[in-house]
Amino acid sequence: MSDVYLNNKFVGTVENGQNFAHLVIDERRKNSLPANVNVHYNPLIDIVKIESSRGRARRPLIIVKEGKPLLTEKHLKQLEKGELNWTDLIEQGIIEYLDAGEEENTLVAYEEEQLTPEHTHLEITPFALTGLATSLVPFGNYSPGARLAMGSKNQKQALGFYIANFLARMDMDVNLLHSPQVPIVQTAMTSISGYDKHPSGQNMVVAVMSYEGYNMDDAVIINKSSIERGLARSTYYRPSIAEELRYSGGLVDQVSIPDKEVKGYKSEEDYRFLEGDGIIYPEAQVTEGDVVIGKTSPPRFLSSLDEYNLAAATRRESSVALKHGEQGVVDFVLITENEEGNRLVQVRMRDQRIPEIGDKFTSRHGQKGIVGLIVPQSDLPFSVSGITPDLIFSPHGIPSRMTVGHLIELIGGKVGALAGRHIDGTIFQAEPEERIRRELLSLGFRYDGTEVFYNGQTGKRMKARIYVGNMYYLKLKHMVANKIHSRARGPIQLLTRQPTEGRAKEGGLRLGEMEKDTFVAHGASLLLKERFDADRTVAPVCEQCGLIAVKDEFKNKSYCLLCGEDTLINNVEISYAFKLLMDEFKSLCIYPKLNLKSKY
Amino acid sequence: MDRANAVVLRKYQTKLPPLIYEELKEHLPDKISKQKLVKILDHVLVRYKGSQISPGEAVGLVSAESIGEPGTQMTLNTFHFAGVAEMNVTVGLPRIIEIFDARKNIKTPMMEIYFRPPYNTADKIRKMASLIKESKVDDVVSEFKVDILEQRLVIKINMKKLTELEENLADVSKFIKSKIKGIFIKTGEDFIEVALKDKSDDINKVYKVKEKIRGLKIKGVKGILQVLPVKRGDEYIVLTAGSNLKTVLDMKEVDSTRTICNDIHEINAVLGIEAARQAIINEVYKVIEAQGLNIDLRHVMLVSDTMCVNGKLAGITRYGVVREKTSVLARASFETPIKHVIDAALVGEVDKLDSVVENVMINQPVPLGTGLPGLITKVK
Repeated sequence: MSDVYLNNKFVGTVENGQNFAHLVIDERRKNSLPANVNVHYNPLIDIVKIESSRGRARRPLIIVKEGKPLLTEKHLKQLEKGELNWTDLIEQGIIEYLDAGEEENTLVAYEEEQLTPEHTHLEITPFALTGLATSLVPFGNYSPGARLAMGSKNQKQALGFYIANFLARMDMDVNLLHSPQVPIVQTAMTSISGYDKHPSGQNMVVAVMSYEGYNMDDAVIINKSSIERGLARSTYYRPSIAEELRYSGGLVDQVSIPDKEVKGYKSEEDYRFLEGDGIIYPEAQVTEGDVVIGKTSPPRFLSSLDEYNLAAATRRESSVALKHGEQGVVDFVLITENEEGNRLVQVRMRDQRIPEIGDKFTSRHGQKGIVGLIVPQSDLPFSVSGITPDLIFSPHGIPSRMTVGHLIELIGGKVGALAGRHIDGTIFQAEPEERIRRELLSLGFRYDGTEVFYNGQTGKRMKARIYVGNMYYLKLKHMVANKIHSRARGPIQLLTRQPTEGRAKEGGLRLGEMEKDTFVAHGASLLLKERFDADRTVAPVCEQCGLIAVKDEFKNKSYCLLCGEDTLINNVEISYAFKLLMDEFKSLCIYPKLNLKSKY
Repeated sequence: MDRANAVVLRKYQTKLPPLIYEELKEHLPDKISKQKLVKILDHVLVRYKGSQISPGEAVGLVSAESIGEPGTQMTLNTFHFAGVAEMNVTVGLPRIIEIFDARKNIKTPMMEIYFRPPYNTADKIRKMASLIKESKVDDVVSEFKVDILEQRLVIKINMKKLTELEENLADVSKFIKSKIKGIFIKTGEDFIEVALKDKSDDINKVYKVKEKIRGLKIKGVKGILQVLPVKRGDEYIVLTAGSNLKTVLDMKEVDSTRTICNDIHEINAVLGIEAARQAIINEVYKVIEAQGLNIDLRHVMLVSDTMCVNGKLAGITRYGVVREKTSVLARASFETPIKHVIDAALVGEVDKLDSVVENVMINQPVPLGTGLPGLITKVK
């Protein structure tokens, strides 16, 4: 007697659990039970578990009967002709989805050749083991798993031809790679997923060597002349959005060039690009601070107090301007209405991004790096046949990371480029490395992929031969232009009078607790004080009661709120944050009394 | 050394620390010209002064950084004794934290017991080990039979184990009788029968008696859960899991000058604060060395000194060292600020602002390094 559980609830018993499980599976394959039902028989505790709940991870497998897969050549032909589709195969009981439980009762063959009569299922393809992005990595079975994971993660951040109708779209924060290329070394997934229609990289000539030390620590060197020919160029799109909001009392925002009377009016120069409708014209060259959409809003509080105010009902300035560090060309202007019926103005900006020092590049093997130097072609090393690399990759990145796939792709790319064909690098079923190397040899190159190189500056022949070939390199979306930041003086926070935080707010770079400790450890006491002077204030302190006094700038007089004018008041230099702390103490009914003492 | 040179040497007695002075006196050649002697002594003096810490040096902070930075590289691996009798020891970062927090109950208390000469040989050490290991009645029992109706308890004894411990059944039975009141006891061939004198209605009483008997110690030192004899140099010593320093040191076979345990609080209680100070240094340094880190011993010594200055152990926590700080602001800047501010406000505490954190807070130069020297001349 075996207990039967349906979705973890006891429903009854059966005579033989094993037979019952087979029965359920047979019924499912015959389509008399839904395809999403899975059964698991556990012989150890003699329990049958039937699952039909949601949220289970399931995967498709080809059913095997007596050592033969049910999917035959006939089916494949029908599939090619389009007479059959995936759903048909499931309905016919040729392919079924298993969950983690039912998988326990199966024996799955990895490849067709491995099939024995004991096998119950066959893997659809060996690369189904990896996910979609990971199966795009060529020669993946040659690299450690951790690197594959990184390689596939990096691919998601690559710039490419993300969508064909990008001109008609108002995407937030997107990049578009100029002249993307289909990889020379491909995998089966390249065509399945449509990657060849939307590629996101370029085939570059890569030399594995060092160059003046500018490619140490994962940096790469890029050929300046290649960049000038358009290598890894991209465009960055960013829209500015303004909505004419409606407020209570029938007041609305208005898109227009703001009047000079408007509260918060910037300056005439800032509005210079705006046309009569208050919107910028296309192809205008704009930089930070320039207004893109002119807009005014009604005054914030329309209370009774304002009635007595002579300057009442002045509108507020609420234009959309370019933020700190932004620049570009206005690409497209769109005027429309949103769901609430408010007028909506969107302006799309475009900025051409030419690769520069600090931009991030990666191969498909988790070998990411940052551009360390851009070198003119005339200074780069060249091979006997006159080839100069587009990119120089440091060999020190290889031994510890063991990304052999990276090295094989380089050779594969070389053969593909020379022979004018694509190389199949699908994980577990790639073209044999040996064959690729032999083909390279037959094309008149060395078997090991190295070539004699000459120093670009001196023309001298290099003592070592250089490993060189073609690789598919990706430009990642992390570009310095979006991240570079520095500050000397700038905006401060209202409450603490300390510098703001973050690049967007032109913030300061924090000197934290541990950094402070290093100053103390060096005994650089006065330098430390200077570093923390950002919120320095001179506060008048009443010597009698020890509280912060008030300085009347008009009368040029100081008085104490507690002791009045008839008291001794001294100026003390403290940090504003400490003054704030004392104020907070006061709000807790704690009396922070300052006892003043002469410093000297 | 002739008299003239001795006079020259004596001039340096106050300038040099006694240890260096004595060493000089011993090693200086007997025949030496006065010029050369002065040159040597002056050189020693320069070197001695050069190795002194300058006033205003932030020693505590440098120590903290010097221990803290390599500490980030420490692994969490536990160390295993190879062999059959395996013992787990807390090492690495958890152990360091345990010591610096001055925890009362450490994870793996241990002892290293050395024995006086006749007892530290290979043939005697097993006997010594079994003498120290705490054996309870439970360890020699093969079965308990509880008769609730008759309020009786039959304890079947594993005689093999009992003889291994060199005890006999009669003694054990006598021992139980002496420790537990209100029972009749009967000793059989390989069992002890216990019956309650007072046949009350409380059924649980038999169970209570059973539990009591199980926990009775028949041999060894209380708290020593495991023993492991090992060879250390020419002699054999015993490593233990669990510690009981006081009792072990009292045993006549034990070499009390070398026997140690790793529980700082226990050392403090038994041997005093100076021993505890040294124990902290030793224990921390053991971990640092095991991790292959290179930290100067003096940093550890400073931390240990800080923990022991008040004559009692204080951990580097808000209940220990930090509580002892004089400045309210400094205390408030480290965990539970509101508690410290309110407590200070209730008694009207005055903060002299003479330490580092307070001065960073109010944006004044910290009294260290270049911020330390003041102007002596009075400004009128």
